[in-house]
Amino acid sequence: MADDAEKDRSMLLQKEMIGAHYRRLELAPETREPVVYTFVPGNLTELIRSFGALPVLPEINALQSAMRGRSMPFIAAAEKAGHSEDVCSYVKCDVGMMKAGNIGPTGTRLPRPDLLLLSYTGCYTFMKWFELLREEYGCPTVFLQVPYQGDGVETREQRAFMVRQIRETLIPALEAVSGRRYDEDLLRENLARSAASEDDLVAVLQSAKGRPSPIDAYFGAVYYVGPIFSAFRGTPEGRAYYAELRREVEERAARGEGPATPAGRLDRQKHRLVVEGPPNWTHFREFWRMFADEGAVVVASTYSKVGGTYDFGFRHDPSDPLGSLADYCSGCYTNRSLPSRVAMIESYVREYGADGFLIHSVKSCNSFSAGQLTILRELERRTGAPGAFIESDLVDARYFSAANLKNRLESYFQMLDARRAGATA
Amino acid sequence: MTRAEIVDWAAEVADDLEFGAARAWLAEEPGRKAAGHLPVYAPREVIRACGMLPVGVHGAGDRLEIIRGDAFYQSYICHLPRSVVELAESRRLAFLSAMLFPATCDVIRNLSGVWQLLYPQVYVRYLDLPQVADPGAGAAFWREELAVLVRALGELSGRPATDLALREAIAAGNEARGLVRRLYALRRDRPWSVPTEELVLLMRAGETVPLEVFAAKMRAYLAAAEAEPARVRDRARVLVVGAFCEQPPLGLVKTIERAGCFIVDDDFLLGNRLLGPDVPTEGDPLDALARAFVLHAKRTSTLYEPDPAGKRVAMRERAAAARADGIIFASASFCDPALLDRPMLRAGAEAAGIPCIAFQYAENTGQFQQFREQAGTFADSIKLWGGA
Ligand code: SF4
Ligand code: SF4
Repeated sequence: MADDAEKDRSMLLQKEMIGAHYRRLELAPETREPVVYTFVPGNLTELIRSFGALPVLPEINALQSAMRGRSMPFIAAAEKAGHSEDVCSYVKCDVGMMKAGNIGPTGTRLPRPDLLLLSYTGCYTFMKWFELLREEYGCPTVFLQVPYQGDGVETREQRAFMVRQIRETLIPALEAVSGRRYDEDLLRENLARSAASEDDLVAVLQSAKGRPSPIDAYFGAVYYVGPIFSAFRGTPEGRAYYAELRREVEERAARGEGPATPAGRLDRQKHRLVVEGPPNWTHFREFWRMFADEGAVVVASTYSKVGGTYDFGFRHDPSDPLGSLADYCSGCYTNRSLPSRVAMIESYVREYGADGFLIHSVKSCNSFSAGQLTILRELERRTGAPGAFIESDLVDARYFSAANLKNRLESYFQMLDARRAGATA
Repeated sequence: MTRAEIVDWAAEVADDLEFGAARAWLAEEPGRKAAGHLPVYAPREVIRACGMLPVGVHGAGDRLEIIRGDAFYQSYICHLPRSVVELAESRRLAFLSAMLFPATCDVIRNLSGVWQLLYPQVYVRYLDLPQVADPGAGAAFWREELAVLVRALGELSGRPATDLALREAIAAGNEARGLVRRLYALRRDRPWSVPTEELVLLMRAGETVPLEVFAAKMRAYLAAAEAEPARVRDRARVLVVGAFCEQPPLGLVKTIERAGCFIVDDDFLLGNRLLGPDVPTEGDPLDALARAFVLHAKRTSTLYEPDPAGKRVAMRERAAAARADGIIFASASFCDPALLDRPMLRAGAEAAGIPCIAFQYAENTGQFQQFREQAGTFADSIKLWGGA
């Protein structure tokens, strides 16, 4: 993968963007650029950036720490300080990192927040996470309640509630920390760039309908969604990244090539899968390899929609800035009801010609995991496609049992083989 | 009715996994309907005003063997949803025409979707409680949510709620909360007169019977408890914090008190007293309910704390109000709201010099030895060292 990855200009671009962002964050205490901590789902990056503020996304720090093998001492420190073994490991990784001096995943120091922007979107834990950080940082906290799509839709009233909060609470809070007035024209410019990047991202994700798929829509998509889920949606760098990414993927598709994986380029794709649930980060490449070694490519995933769902048509809309920010928050994957999640996965199984689907259930996350066994049964019933259920965690390596997972996956792939043989016999 | 008879009644109702009392109410008149709700808080007034019986569904405790429920939930999810699904799959909840899922945590939130998928014939609603204590936007949002509920339940029952019916339901709710407050105050002031196991049984029974029945039993119990000659005893006065959703088995409550503690305040069945002062019975009733929630809901782990100092002072204030010597953090295993809150609450308590212990339980925990030892040692240390 490393060799192939180095050839991709988009990967280099992303690496540069991230490095530059962390360096800028490290200098923020001197440059006095305001720093706003916020979460991936429901992040209002275009708005934050329109005030000249820099976003920090604690989940991204946690997962990056885990990918670099640094999460366990942080988790241990948090548990020693009284945090339960049973709660989300992202929170503990973040709290532990903070207690160890807030050295971020790239080795640079993260600045203290000037504002905690608690966009309460699709996850209960978010609320506690920022209450915990507020205890440590003592900085202002502003809360945006994003109503849950319990009936599978965003209602007019929910939208009005969000817009009102953004207007009456969030914007004044951002004005106060940045010393700048709200500039709607600037916000519109950012949103226009977001919409264009979203077009490109959707084209990339939908390229997986092709055979072979030029992308892996789960493990590979983690990289593709990185900029748009984090600090770069609506920025010129983000825009350039998505244009480049799309070009590369379209070229790869034209050449009939599969994606780069830890087991080399996956041109011969035996199994096409849809995956529900976030990945494991502590053994990311090992986990991916378990799929790639068996010729399995992921053609669609739900995790690539947690920071925004774009493939059903939503785009940020410069002509309705606050309304479209509300729509964006409401539509994030974990803010959708279980029946909507089932319908979404069902459509992926059908539209992407999947042989089966797999649920990766993580111990940390009730938002994703509670109800997944019902999702499994319902999907099997509706699609007739075979489902598999595997378990581990996000950034707590204690719950990643390689042997177990490998066994489960191997039997699953054998079952897919057997079904295929049966179908052609 | 003697006090013992009331407690026996409460135990029978609370332990009845067939919900016989609720079914009997339904059978009294053709066409009656009932609406269930999960913990913690649901606007029971709205259900009542639509002519339906509100039924709190708080899990099955240690009284039900889980056969089907475990197939719905992974081992790292709390016990409550599996026993609730077990109740439903065994058709014990089939008498409920509606099921409401309040914004307590993501497990209950997602259970609303499980219900939509498994039981499409039931009216299911996720109650998105306002998390912003803003009498403008927060109250307007919650009022609208309540209005949707009024319309939906009205259609279901065939008795759309009038303003008059809503005001009557608010008045009845005020009365019930007043009685609950009185019982809590009596236990705080004379804990030897109100064993917590009795209080818990009454609270649990109150979740599944009509308010009139609950109020009558409560009045009779209070009168009996207040009239009884006091046998003052010296025990450690403790707050039990964190058991607001999945309920601890009664054996655990008894164990704590028998180990030398008086529970003088707790979170058990918190929804029945979450709204603080009486809700006004004048003006627009939905507005009154919405504002009461937004402005006066008690601090709890399931709601956002807007006050930056709130978490630090919460335990100190509660301990002072209850004159508690110590705090027992008792959380259901895997309970996000309780467990994520605990480090903040405990730090605040300890900074104020209040001794604390913590343990985890499941609603079907059957062994109490470890709790007995922990609570006993805690009580002894409080009595010997004044909590130091
Ligand atoms: S509980 Fe899930 S959605 Fe929430 S912070 Fe943890 S991983 Fe993210
Ligand atoms: S016990 Fe805790 S985690 Fe479980 S349903 Fe209740 S509040 Fe949610």
